[in-house]
Amino acid sequence: MNSKQVSKGTLFISVIEKITPIIAIIGALFISSIVIFLMGEDPIQIYKMMFGLAIGNRDGWGNVLFRATPLIFTGLAVAFAFRCGLFNIGGEGQVYVGSFLAAYIGVTLGNLPAIVLVPLTIAASALGGALWASLPGILKAKKGIHEVIITIMMNWIAASLTFYLVLVFKAPPTEAMKAAGLPQMIPQTSEIAVAARLPRIATILERFNISFPSHNPLNISFLLALLAAFLVYYILWKTTLGYEIRAVGYNRFAAEYAGIDIAKNIILAMMISGALAGLVGTNEVMGYKFRWRQEIFLNLGFNGIAVALLGKNHPFGVVLAAILFGTLSYGGALVNIFTEGKIPRELIMVIQAVIVILVVVSDEIVKRVILRRKSIS
Amino acid sequence: MAEYLIEMKGISKSFPLVLANDKVDFFVKKGEIHALVGENGAGKSTLMSILYGLYQPDEGEILIDGIKKIISNPNKAIENRIGMVHQHFMLVPPLTVVENVILGMEPRKNYFFIDLQKAAFNIKTLSDQYGFKIDPWAKIEDISVGIQQRVEIIKVLYRGAEILILDEPTAVLTPQEVDELFKILKSLKGQGKTIIFITHKLNEVMAISDQVTIMRNGKVVGTKETSQTNTAEIATLMVGREVLLKTDKIEQLAGKSVLRLEQVSAFNQHRYPVLKSINLSVKEGQILGIAGVEGNGQAELVEVITGLRPVSSGHIYLYDLDLTGLNPRKIRELNIAHIPEDRRKRGFISEYSVAENLVLGSHYRPPFARGCLINFPEVQKYANELISDYDIRPAVKENLLKALSGGNQQKVIVARELYRKPNLLIASQPTRGLDVGSIEFVHQQILKERSKGKAILLVSAELDEILSLSDEIAVIYEGKIVEIMKNKDIDRGRLGLLMTGGGLTDQNSRK
Repeated sequence: MNSKQVSKGTLFISVIEKITPIIAIIGALFISSIVIFLMGEDPIQIYKMMFGLAIGNRDGWGNVLFRATPLIFTGLAVAFAFRCGLFNIGGEGQVYVGSFLAAYIGVTLGNLPAIVLVPLTIAASALGGALWASLPGILKAKKGIHEVIITIMMNWIAASLTFYLVLVFKAPPTEAMKAAGLPQMIPQTSEIAVAARLPRIATILERFNISFPSHNPLNISFLLALLAAFLVYYILWKTTLGYEIRAVGYNRFAAEYAGIDIAKNIILAMMISGALAGLVGTNEVMGYKFRWRQEIFLNLGFNGIAVALLGKNHPFGVVLAAILFGTLSYGGALVNIFTEGKIPRELIMVIQAVIVILVVVSDEIVKRVILRRKSIS
Repeated sequence: MAEYLIEMKGISKSFPLVLANDKVDFFVKKGEIHALVGENGAGKSTLMSILYGLYQPDEGEILIDGIKKIISNPNKAIENRIGMVHQHFMLVPPLTVVENVILGMEPRKNYFFIDLQKAAFNIKTLSDQYGFKIDPWAKIEDISVGIQQRVEIIKVLYRGAEILILDEPTAVLTPQEVDELFKILKSLKGQGKTIIFITHKLNEVMAISDQVTIMRNGKVVGTKETSQTNTAEIATLMVGREVLLKTDKIEQLAGKSVLRLEQVSAFNQHRYPVLKSINLSVKEGQILGIAGVEGNGQAELVEVITGLRPVSSGHIYLYDLDLTGLNPRKIRELNIAHIPEDRRKRGFISEYSVAENLVLGSHYRPPFARGCLINFPEVQKYANELISDYDIRPAVKENLLKALSGGNQQKVIVARELYRKPNLLIASQPTRGLDVGSIEFVHQQILKERSKGKAILLVSAELDEILSLSDEIAVIYEGKIVEIMKNKDIDRGRLGLLMTGGGLTDQNSRK
């Protein structure tokens, strides 16, 4: 056996392994173009329109990155837990709880100065998610109960709990409602204090005389998401904690043999994962709507799973995947409007779904190729 | 009739990036037992897979009884009366022997019904003919591994095989079962069957075979008449250099007791007692070997000492320190080295690099950690040192462990555990699945520790390993130490008896 040749072979495989998402994306666009063609539209024109509108100008970019921000957080949450061998499907619930806690702090402690309140509110959103994820972590670590079951169940509990709480802490009726003698009908909280809000990117760019549309919702939270991605990378690959978490994820028996506390690492990994999901609150509550309303957060947790999968559970991959999903989502919405509804928004879901399926399939194919090579040598 | 029953001529088979067989010539006479030996990855399995129709050769031809054959799949192999017994049994545990044997070719009665009675009768006949002593109606899960192997052989015979390929058949057997197997093979040979016996245990080659073919790096490096050769010559051909088969061990006096177990008992996962009041003592400069048939508590014994399994009663001492109930990390910190029995399961993290694996278990301590960060320059430096000291190949610290051969993976474990200068070494099945060269390496390392005055607990299913390394031997049977003896005054037969519980009835009857 020639070792040089073999290492070349493994290099080849590792390259293929890394580019499967790109192959999947191209494949998905191709399959979707058939769908578009069958709808009687020209796929090339539609794609041109979609990508042109989404990433062909600054406003588009801003919207794409704004939509990508929550997906970066939830994608990182799934990826982080996955590195410890845990499948955190509870992003949805962790998002609800974390963002609600952020809104609660932002409203009730509204008289604190921004320098205190902003970090406090960010911490609250992370803490809410972390606490919500800690229970499945503890149950997994101490009793061996599967985290998938518990996190799914806790999504429903979180949805109901936050919906109950939003009714308790409902915003007061507006002047118009008062005048008409009506109570507040919308299940949402009051707006958080101005001191708890994150500045928009537009206002920052303005200071540097860079033109950027002021209505664009992109805010500082996007930079927080990038920082989170970098932190995840740093924790996982540079610290002893990351070494232990990944060791538990790859082979818990070997980790146990090496004196690594498996229970501690599982609970910690779940809490960090939950905290990442909870940070979605910084974008939607602190940076955009300034209040909590349940439907803002719908499906962000679940889409994080697809983003993590496409990003190969690597923090930088997650960022790229989230940006792609942001592009599809924003571009798709615009195409829907510009074609006067001929191309439905659901097409975007088709593309996303096909990407996910193709990633899984091509991963599996690569795995089998590797297995076959192994069984041969 | 042709001179040879099987002629494989100029067989080449390459897989992407690997030339597994390189113009191999392999000839087997009718009615002989032909051993095929070589290190892991030498190409033995590929060659036999070609003969059995699992792979197609790129070049070369196969002649059976002088007639050229194309064996495109295992069914063709069976048509040509070639059968293979795999190393890992392919039996369905809850089914009976008969059901397993006829699986895939069930004899019919009235079209719809399986004729089990007839099949059972045929199996019984075969069993009697070759001295298999098999009950056709026994369930697979109720019979021992040795008997299960006979069922595999019967399966092949039932399909009319005249040529049997046995892939490392003794790997899973106790010494007694090996003797039984050899009797059966001789009986098969006596009735004209031809047997190809894949192994890398040289004493077995000498004991059973008529001819031996040695492979190295995909090539046949020699075919010898067994009676005209010796283990040293075969080993040299296999490895390509001279190998020390006998471990040179200098007598040395035992020092004070390092590890002491007092009345240690433990349960398994089902709260069933697996260790029963074990008393043991391992002394400085001594190797205590634990002999026993696998599954008699050896694994659990190692686990309680290393903190991986709680004791239900009793105490474990390192010198005078009671380490009962300490967690694995605390125990590692007491400088106890552990070569785990299942290296794939516990020994390393296959997705981690060689360097990362070399600090596994010490990763959180200086110099490998600085606060909560991994100190990579220090880890790299350490890895380079160990790689050259222990000759880990390829010498690339960034390689993932899964890319290494079994022997080199074990070297990583041995390096990691021994380089930190332990007081006590617990080596569990340290050479399982390794080839001759790697076994030699591991044995030398263990003996080196002994000569440094370290205490060593050796657990092995290989009786030869226990006998050649140990100063004292403790025999374990059903979670009890049934006897501890000096290696000098050992009678192999009695040892085998003790291992299978024979000694117990002996003692009882004496009482």
